[in-house]
Amino acid sequence: MGSLPFFFTFAELEVGQHLYWQFGNLRIHGQVFLTSWIVIGALLALVVVGTKKMERDPQGVQNLLEFLWDYIRDLARTQIGEKVYRDWMPFIGTLFLFIFVSNWGGALVPWRLIHLPSGELGAPTADINTTVALALLVSLSYFYAGLSNKGLRYFEYYVHPTPIMLPFKIVEDFTKPLSLSFRLFGNILADELVVAVLVFLVPLVLPVPVMFLGLFTSAIQALIFATLAAYYIGEAVEEHH
Amino acid sequence: MDSIVTAASVVAAGLAVGLGAIGPGIGQGSAAQGAVEGIARQPEAEGKIRGTLLLSFAFMESLTIYGLVVALVLLFANPFAG
Repeated sequence: MGSLPFFFTFAELEVGQHLYWQFGNLRIHGQVFLTSWIVIGALLALVVVGTKKMERDPQGVQNLLEFLWDYIRDLARTQIGEKVYRDWMPFIGTLFLFIFVSNWGGALVPWRLIHLPSGELGAPTADINTTVALALLVSLSYFYAGLSNKGLRYFEYYVHPTPIMLPFKIVEDFTKPLSLSFRLFGNILADELVVAVLVFLVPLVLPVPVMFLGLFTSAIQALIFATLAAYYIGEAVEEHH
Repeated sequence: MDSIVTAASVVAAGLAVGLGAIGPGIGQGSAAQGAVEGIARQPEAEGKIRGTLLLSFAFMESLTIYGLVVALVLLFANPFAG
């Protein structure tokens, strides 16, 4: 960039600046990888600690994990349906937990204390590449779910009420990942930007309620992503009569 | 970058968010109206109504967020800035 330096001095935002890592012909955004590895490590540690000494009477971390399991099971069961929800529960749960911990990690951990040569650490979901990857995974999964459950009869879905719907349903296959990824990316980036601009304008007190609002929307966005992924999978495995 | 391109980008960024906020604003208004009517008629269903309302608010809000993404692209990653 550099062509609009005014916007960068504004609250020291570093949108569009990345810590580049070069692997052969690939140029990847290093800061996103670092934070995602931290998020994945934190989640793994939580699960390992929670399942180490399991008791009949759950306490502490095990209790939390069982609560999460119940929550994700209810989400998957209402959207996907009684028959196949067990197959897709791990996927939905992973999506939900990864996005949720990424969003909250980006907002709660004081990443600014760690200085990078270029770019800055933050929520991995504030990078369009992460959200597009997650959304494409969802696309692949609902195709796989439909084809593996119903075989070629899956394509009946495209002409289901009437064949007039065919072009719309095909376009829908492209707009689904587009809206999924943009919704998550835009919301998280907007939260970070609003907080950064407010901190610049009024450094005291005023940004705190906005930060809480940001935490709230981040949690809702994680829930929405998981719900929509489950809904798309449920739509693909649904039997038409 | 060309100053006319800069000016056009900044104006377009403002328009993208501003126009994009109109529709969801109306939509959220009528959704809130429906929720309030529902709560007034059936106060015991408040928890369920609130959950559904917040979820649908987030869906409407994402429409404005699409406009915001366009605005951010124009400001920070402008493809026309030579």
